[in-house]
Amino acid sequence: MTQSDIQTIVTQSGKELKVHTQLFINNEFVPGNGPLIEDINPSTEEVICKVHSATEEDVNTAVEAAHTAYKKVWSKVAPAERGVLLNKLADLMERDQEELAMLEAIDNGKAVSVARDEDIAGCIGCYRYFAGWADKIHGKVIDTAPEQHIYTRHEALGVVGAIIPWNYPLMMGAWKFAPALAAGNAVVMKTSELTPLSAYKFATLIKEAGFPPGVVNIITGYGHITGSALAAHPRVSKMAFTGSTGTGRKVMEASSTSNLKKLQLELGGKSAQLVFADADLKHAAQQAAAGIYNNHGQNCNAGSRIFVHESVAKEFIDLFTEQAKAVKVGCPFKEDTFQGPQVSKAQFDKIMEYIKIGQDEGATLHFGGKRVGDKGYFIQPTVFTNCNNNMRLMREEIFGPVVAIGTFSGGWEEAVELANDSDYGLAAGVYTSDHSTAIKASNALLAGSVWVNCYDLFNNSVPFGGYKQSGFGKELGKYALLEYLQVKSVITLIDW
Amino acid sequence: MTGSTYITDFKTDRGYELKLNTGLFINNEFVGGDSQIETINPATGKVIAKVEAAGEKEVNAAVDAAEKAFEEVWSKVTPQKRRDYMLKLASLIDRDHEELSQIESLDNGKGISLSRGFDVRELSECIRYYAGWTDKIHGKVIETEGVLSYTRHEPIGVCGAIIPWNFPLLMFAWKLAPALATGNCVVIKTSEMTPLSALKVASLVKEAEFPPGVVNIITGYGHTTGDLLARHKKVGKIAFTGSTAVGRLVMKAAAESNLKKVTLELGGKSPNIIFDDADLELAIKWSFRGVFFNHGQTCCAGTRIYVQEGIYDKFLEKFKAHTQNTPIGHPHDESTFQGPQISQTQYDRIMGYIDSGKEEGATVALGGKRWGNEGYYVEPTIFTDVKEDMKIMKEEIFGPVACVTKFKDEEEAIRLANDSNYGLASAIFSESNKRCIEVSKRIKAGTVWVNCVNVLHANTPFGGFKESGIGRENGEYALDNYTQVKVVKMATTMSP
Repeated sequence: MTQSDIQTIVTQSGKELKVHTQLFINNEFVPGNGPLIEDINPSTEEVICKVHSATEEDVNTAVEAAHTAYKKVWSKVAPAERGVLLNKLADLMERDQEELAMLEAIDNGKAVSVARDEDIAGCIGCYRYFAGWADKIHGKVIDTAPEQHIYTRHEALGVVGAIIPWNYPLMMGAWKFAPALAAGNAVVMKTSELTPLSAYKFATLIKEAGFPPGVVNIITGYGHITGSALAAHPRVSKMAFTGSTGTGRKVMEASSTSNLKKLQLELGGKSAQLVFADADLKHAAQQAAAGIYNNHGQNCNAGSRIFVHESVAKEFIDLFTEQAKAVKVGCPFKEDTFQGPQVSKAQFDKIMEYIKIGQDEGATLHFGGKRVGDKGYFIQPTVFTNCNNNMRLMREEIFGPVVAIGTFSGGWEEAVELANDSDYGLAAGVYTSDHSTAIKASNALLAGSVWVNCYDLFNNSVPFGGYKQSGFGKELGKYALLEYLQVKSVITLIDW
Repeated sequence: MTGSTYITDFKTDRGYELKLNTGLFINNEFVGGDSQIETINPATGKVIAKVEAAGEKEVNAAVDAAEKAFEEVWSKVTPQKRRDYMLKLASLIDRDHEELSQIESLDNGKGISLSRGFDVRELSECIRYYAGWTDKIHGKVIETEGVLSYTRHEPIGVCGAIIPWNFPLLMFAWKLAPALATGNCVVIKTSEMTPLSALKVASLVKEAEFPPGVVNIITGYGHTTGDLLARHKKVGKIAFTGSTAVGRLVMKAAAESNLKKVTLELGGKSPNIIFDDADLELAIKWSFRGVFFNHGQTCCAGTRIYVQEGIYDKFLEKFKAHTQNTPIGHPHDESTFQGPQISQTQYDRIMGYIDSGKEEGATVALGGKRWGNEGYYVEPTIFTDVKEDMKIMKEEIFGPVACVTKFKDEEEAIRLANDSNYGLASAIFSESNKRCIEVSKRIKAGTVWVNCVNVLHANTPFGGFKESGIGRENGEYALDNYTQVKVVKMATTMSP
């Protein structure tokens, strides 16, 4: 299947951009052996361009390139130099921030302003954060007996595979690339075939920054072809996956039947936000709304269940609905747009189906619930009330701008029990002005991130990752480094 | 008096033109002092320029500026922003690498290829290394019954530093970088013998747009300016590098004033032990570097060379031959390895030690005289037939003077090496794995080099045992010097 690498595309704002569409292996763009995949613009439902896809053979090529690069070059590069390259990469992303934002917006549907000021700004910070770790990866010296000399080395794994989703294309890339590269690994990353374009622009910056060929390889393709080949590859020492819990199981299975590669899974969630009677309700409504409507609800840690104390439920729901009403839904290329379209028809259909299910189950459709416009996958910010944990609306991940609100009448223990009643455990929110409630609730919640009087507050130095079936392993912070290292103990006997 | 009054033009002896502001750098401005000090070109004995020196009024102004900057601005700047300021400074240093190298060689006398290849390069790398730490300074959360206990690693506030003349920029970096990274504001007193290169960095601090008062750079005599800083009640910590004798005074000043925290990097008389199973060629090259690098003006110089009797004669013959070829010359000549000593006083002191060595009965195997007719040059000197109780074996000479003697076995070598009030560094040359590990365990020194000498890294600690000092610089360890630990224990009002 051939198509020349560079294609010209036009954004909704009329700007022409040149994009790469071939696979990025060994610092070059090369054709893939798979079929050309149509990349759809979710705002217009039209084809942006076609991109090459990778078969198992291409995956092998990419993995071999990474392996050779690691063995012959990258493993010999000084740690501080790895940091210099990552900082240089961050500088280049800053230089090309606007173009990267436009690619993100046309492909994913998120607003350009959000892509630029949150996604890509977050990426830049993430690369700079991990650049600083490169020369600070310490083993330990452990004293045992005078005749022994013992220490640990924290070594790179070698070739790391990553499969990332479409909801935050560049940022999910950064969360994997940054610690993997800082720790000294070479990487083969499969992007989502729904959002392949921004990563290829990023690839040109990898080359410009001076990373040796083969250290970073970026390919795309269908999960069941490209993804599964990567997940099963015997020369990939670790797989980092972000996506649905269903696909996460398949990745884990592939590891178990191939080479028992190390795993890190960032999966789904049905995170609960708890609003107590003593909360600042206006503030809580603002934060909680952002917690579900950020990124059009396409957020693994979306606060999609809200439990509010019955004594303040009406007031809170009114305030919350005001927030939902104020959400500006529109074209990603308009500067004041907050919410663009959902990423694809399949996602759109799934969300609309859940809106119907919610009504069938007896929840109250309090606000929204309909499509916006007749072109593009736009859905109104939607509020369901009178929900309970028995409903599918409250158990299953919808991945859209749909919140399910229920109430509780007792104290923090009841609220926490409602929140914990889920197979997921990615995040949680607690809104209270009481010091003890904040501590006790956050101690008891079974969630990897607990936000107190806020939601979705991220920092590159703070770890993120789920409890229970939301996955295992941490991204961001020092904790993320451990995911990309293996520990070797060296035990020397010096006297005998 | 405006800052522009202190702008001075001058040239190196090879015609490189320089322009510097020679005022005191306080609150991002160059201001006058209460007196002026002449800084001398050690290659010619002539005055390079006059710099403003700080009296009590100016020291107070600098400390007040640092305190105000800390309370009102710097303590509110995010760790990420601190990092960005430091990276910007490092970039500017890289941009002006040549100019900084020229100033360093002019003021200190070290060879230009060394200023360029070592001093200025290390300045930049040190700042980049610590820029990477700003957002990684973690407290702990400690499980305690009924109480949420956590620690904060907080900055001290205003940190003072008194730095020497032997590696002006390097010593500046070792203090500035960890202090800033941990969130402190600084007042650094440079040596009145080498004030110029830091003044160039001062202009870069301003260009990097550090908030005024975060970095203050002053100079003056130790017994006046240094003493004022060491006993200032608003300075929470003093970091000193210099002689052991002055280190005692700094500690005393801290004790008499506000019990400020003290770290000291003092003198040394480091042993270099060469076993008969050493790679002889390697041992000679490294031993030479160990004692003659920087004209012997290095706190960790390997000035006592212990050679196992089996290879003593061979070692001495080759060591003499190697040392005879030392490229001595003008600091601004590219091939110069050894330039002049820093001052007339130092020169006299070194010659005094050489005389005492002769008087006490040691043999001058090489050198022992002045070199040339201009500048404070001393020939690379090797003493043999030394006894342990000779002044040249016990006291720090701080010049290009090596004492070479023999030992019988491992036990004797370790005993002799440890027989010193100092304990800064040491080196071992041997091909035996067992011996290298065992001996390195038993030497009482802060650094043990094995089959190398004077190899420093920004990310490994450096500091002395015994009277060579207190505390460690570089690596993660230095962060502790500039932070104080606060534990917060939050009890909840509800029953557990």
